Amino acid sequence: MIYNEPNPLETKILTKRFGLANSAAIDTYLANDGYQAFLKASKMTPTQIIDEVKASALRGRGGAGFPTGMKWSFVPRTSPKPKYIIVNADESEPGTCKDRLLMENDPHSLIEGMLIGAFAVDSHKGYIYIRGEYRYQIDCMDRAIAEAYARGYLGKNIQGTGFDFDIYTHSGAGAYECGEETALLDSIEGKRGIPRLKPPFPAVSGAWQSPTLLNNVETFCAVPPIIRDGGAAFAALGTPKNGGTRLLCLSGHVNKPGVYEIPLGYNMLKCIDEFGGGMRGGKKLKAVVPGGSSCPLLKADECDIAMDYDTLAKAKSMLGSGGMVVLDEDTCMVKFALRIMRFYAHESCGWCIPCREGTTWLRKLLQRFHDGGGLKSDIPLIGELSQNMLGRTFCALGDAAAMPTISIVEKFRDEFEAHLDGKPCPYEHAGKFAMA
Amino acid sequence: MTFSPELEVKFSKMLECYPAGRTRSAVVPMLIFAQDEVGHISRELVEEVAKRCKVTPLQVDEVVGYYSMLHTRPMGKFHVQVCTNISCLILGAEDLYEQAKEKLGIGNKEVTADGIFSLEEVECMGACSWAPAVQVNYDFHHNVTPEKFDRLLTELRKAN
Repeated sequence: MIYNEPNPLETKILTKRFGLANSAAIDTYLANDGYQAFLKASKMTPTQIIDEVKASALRGRGGAGFPTGMKWSFVPRTSPKPKYIIVNADESEPGTCKDRLLMENDPHSLIEGMLIGAFAVDSHKGYIYIRGEYRYQIDCMDRAIAEAYARGYLGKNIQGTGFDFDIYTHSGAGAYECGEETALLDSIEGKRGIPRLKPPFPAVSGAWQSPTLLNNVETFCAVPPIIRDGGAAFAALGTPKNGGTRLLCLSGHVNKPGVYEIPLGYNMLKCIDEFGGGMRGGKKLKAVVPGGSSCPLLKADECDIAMDYDTLAKAKSMLGSGGMVVLDEDTCMVKFALRIMRFYAHESCGWCIPCREGTTWLRKLLQRFHDGGGLKSDIPLIGELSQNMLGRTFCALGDAAAMPTISIVEKFRDEFEAHLDGKPCPYEHAGKFAMA
Repeated sequence: MTFSPELEVKFSKMLECYPAGRTRSAVVPMLIFAQDEVGHISRELVEEVAKRCKVTPLQVDEVVGYYSMLHTRPMGKFHVQVCTNISCLILGAEDLYEQAKEKLGIGNKEVTADGIFSLEEVECMGACSWAPAVQVNYDFHHNVTPEKFDRLLTELRKAN
């Protein structure tokens, strides 16, 4: 299903079949370039496939932005161990709601992307780890997988290529941490989702101690168009080293929130105007979360920026997972920081101390601050505690909690000061549906 | 303990889909699908899943304690989950959550006396562009307004 109107300014590569009648059905897929890329890949060498993915400048769409072709090249193809393909469909970074659309509307593109990856690294089993809340999407994938078996696109000797591949869905049961790839691996092994020490990286020792190719849903879905039309064509859509298009999840105080496919490097303010239809109620822009709650926020005057991995990194933020949350002038940034920290404190797996204790302490501090009990010395303390988590945790969850918090304290210090001395939150007057 | 024939078929396939000797991998999906059918994670269910996945009940318990969707006591027939994470928060989700508490007369993770409703304040459920969002069991409700929410709760009560 599609939940918002498409926009004519979109560059529809991954979403081009969205909106077709029965878009999820294999016949629709086959009638619209479906499985052609796999047939092409099956006549290529693994190195040629990986080189094509490298040439596309595709970078991981889950959030980290690691070059996909390079990740693929790390899997030891000749290892005597079995190799596994795992899809991270645990989409749970606040602000992100794109992978579910791909699974609902175009599940076969995910299957085809997995098939091409499997062929490249000589894997014969793949798993799609889908968050438990996405039962509808699990059903969509199960249906598509059954169709693919029935039509010979999965199973033994696929389309006469001599290549065998099986795919299964695997349901999670509610845990943000399982979106971290090594925690996901522990989860798929039937354990608590606790991150692993790296190295070894999953490419070498992943699921069941075997080499594992693990990518986000959107990353796999980008592979069929790359193989079909060539890596160079995909790369040309974006900016140098930031190839292709991505699904922008636009939410917050805009007139037309929704998921839109845009080329990398699109200007952030133009996104708000052209896709978001401008700010809701003609309010002024205060800040933007560029790519999910773990990204440092940008103030309104920093938002005239190209949205690609490198430009946002230069601005000390991240493109992240594509979840762009737009905040207007009535948003209380202290409350916003508190809600982010409540989330990370709740989702911290508890495995390492800086994250477990840091997020909980920060949550309490921010709660007290928002409730009017904040001390002036709390303001630098919030920054200091966050700094002490950065880079000192097993996985990126500690960083994810620290980074937005540091940016909010640095950029909106005046709002923290406005909450001091028992003063009520200055934004509570803004009323229902402005800022809850 | 036995499940419906459909679930039994699902579980026997599930146990075969992981590499040989790795039946422990089925623990999480088996728990959640079983919970959907029997209502909650009872002692009996923990032991049954342990037996089927060839692990100890303790290994199942530690998983049950970790994942937020697994409940060790029965939830309502309609489990109302209100997301209050950032995208929903700034579009009025806290008001919706308060509204639900008031209308249902229960707090977080509580169940109404008749067992029809339970309520939970949940983290991001992946509906940010169509916020605020509510999930009832597995059904998503997007762009929820207080009026729509009121209607939904009334209809669910009637549907019972």
